[in-house]
Amino acid sequence: MFPELNNLLNVSPEKPEQGTFTLLCNNKTDGSFLVHHFLSFYLKANCKVCFVALLQSFSHYNIVGQKLGVNLIAARDRGQLVFLEGLKSTVEILFGSEEQPNTLKFFRESDTDLKSLFELVHKALTPSGDGDAASWKFPVLLVDDLSVLLSLGVRAVAVLDFIQSCRATVCWQLKGNVVALVHDSDKTEDEENALLMNALGHQSSLILRAEGLLTGFCKDVHGQLKILWRGLQQPKAEQTRSLIYQYKIQDKNVTFFAKGLSPAVL
Amino acid sequence: MAALTTGFYAASKGGAGDPTATVAAAAGGDETDSGGKCSFRRKSPAPGSGGGVRWRSIAGTRPSVRNGQLLVSAGLPALDQLLGGGLAVGTLLLIEEDKYNIYSNLLFKYFLAEGIVCGHTLLLASAKEDPDDILQELPEPLHDDKYKKELDEVSSHKSQGELDISMKIAWRYQNLPKMEDGPGSSSRFGHYYDVSKRMSQEMIHSVKCHRFFLPEEITSLPNVESCALTHGYTKLLHSIQRIISEEGFNGSCPQKKQKNILRIGIQSLGSPLWGDDICCADTPEHLHSLTKFLYVLRGLLRMSLSTCIITVPSHLIQNKAITARIRNLSDTVVGLESFLGGEKEANSLYKDFHGLIHIHQIPRLNSLIGDVSDMKDLAFKLQRKVFTIEVHDSCWIHLCWIKISQKILSNILPIIYQQCLFRRTGEV
Repeated sequence: MFPELNNLLNVSPEKPEQGTFTLLCNNKTDGSFLVHHFLSFYLKANCKVCFVALLQSFSHYNIVGQKLGVNLIAARDRGQLVFLEGLKSTVEILFGSEEQPNTLKFFRESDTDLKSLFELVHKALTPSGDGDAASWKFPVLLVDDLSVLLSLGVRAVAVLDFIQSCRATVCWQLKGNVVALVHDSDKTEDEENALLMNALGHQSSLILRAEGLLTGFCKDVHGQLKILWRGLQQPKAEQTRSLIYQYKIQDKNVTFFAKGLSPAVL
Repeated sequence: MAALTTGFYAASKGGAGDPTATVAAAAGGDETDSGGKCSFRRKSPAPGSGGGVRWRSIAGTRPSVRNGQLLVSAGLPALDQLLGGGLAVGTLLLIEEDKYNIYSNLLFKYFLAEGIVCGHTLLLASAKEDPDDILQELPEPLHDDKYKKELDEVSSHKSQGELDISMKIAWRYQNLPKMEDGPGSSSRFGHYYDVSKRMSQEMIHSVKCHRFFLPEEITSLPNVESCALTHGYTKLLHSIQRIISEEGFNGSCPQKKQKNILRIGIQSLGSPLWGDDICCADTPEHLHSLTKFLYVLRGLLRMSLSTCIITVPSHLIQNKAITARIRNLSDTVVGLESFLGGEKEANSLYKDFHGLIHIHQIPRLNSLIGDVSDMKDLAFKLQRKVFTIEVHDSCWIHLCWIKISQKILSNILPIIYQQCLFRRTGEV
């Protein structure tokens, strides 16, 4: 969790917003620091988190999480975190036994929907009602990242259906949040990905875009972050406003500063 | 140092444990000299870790200075330096081939040769050349006197028939003084090779090498489930998985046996010879075949003590969307751009070089930031014996644009040239 980003977004773990869909995208840079931010943010905010991690292993997220002050193993043990490790499940599908049910079974068939994945999310986030539900504030679904699903042969429309179902369940029914990362690669003629990007951008209430610098690599500025509120919950005057900040990633933190005002330049 | 077994026990218990993480534990916990920046400490020792083998006793590896991951050399010290010290175990290095696959093939051979010198187990997969032929063409390590001496000893041991597989790798370090045993001794990590000579037969046969030659494998009928992968890819995945689990690279038999690294080399993946059609059509039939393969491979690598190099003819791939997806699924991406036959060949700026090297992607493992090198304008050249990577002086361009008289130019150029031409590394 990066306190400076919380200040920019005007939220804190004590009073997080509810019922929002946040879209994270990265263009020509790695936006994974945003995923780590939201993971640690919601764990600290005492929310029930379902994390669909398709890109990295559990230990990677755990080690970075410890740098940011959360322990994923402990969170998983006490039932706060439900972690789906995509890499591991896929290997199990291909080489494991046939019988066991697997949430990523779309990998086997060519053109299928993400129903099994949604069922996992639904099961993980719906309160069971035996006192367990009372201890967590609200449920959160976090996905890293949706573009991997396209690489695995899922069609963009199926991914959109999945997100739509998740929004209906998590955001509206359970008053929780959905956060998803998508790679944006506008120059690479990836039509499916562009379709996914645009449609999700249309549905989201907050878009965080991490972009590489147009001027190329810089040691002291790692990129710029565009924050775009899409006025579903903001007061009227603030509808659809956007902000641009540059950032520098450090070992355990990210510092944000106005464009051109990097401490290294001043 | 119980971290190794901690990770592996966790893995075998169905918990989380991939090699990149467990080494972070090793470095943070015990090796204070290397794990200074790593805040991660695994406190509880694993049950029954007495039989555990130390990480640093694996030849040819060292923990990363930044985050304590276990690194192996790519076989080219200059490249290691650009990639943040080396390749992390459990990750995938993607080489985007140059147009005629001359220099990318060289990097491929360096990677394999380094594995042989370090005594790692190899898995060599190809659809074009016979893996044995590739092995025959590996370059010879420079400064080989010491190696030869040790090699003779090993062969004399061998004749007594006492050597099992785990002992075969011992020849690399059995005579080295104990002082060099620690991480960071440069003599053990990364070697230089002489491309004008071939590696000797004894050395090649001193390590265990698995082969996967597609034309041999494909003769049998498809009996495994395809998962919409092409037949060749499915075969290769199963063969990698079999080697990893049978030879204990996934920590399935953590006791007694000496740990070793599996180096996987896959040549020209995605080319039509692999039965893939992404090079042939804009909207290919097997659109997701290669990306699915890479995803499963990524999963396999993350769970085992292995590292993989893949060369892909990305200039042949018609649909650029696939190239972007392939890059996203790899860890380290290095592109080679050769000047051969291109416009840049005639450009006097580049007359000292054979091509440009682009570092497209550096992995961010167990940390928020990757190990990005400051130098971005890099060129390579193949000298008579060695392959070198240097900073190409783009400040030359500015100089050429400024119209100053020939006389002044001749006066100041040598000075500026000296300053600009900061020879980065890689030269012997």
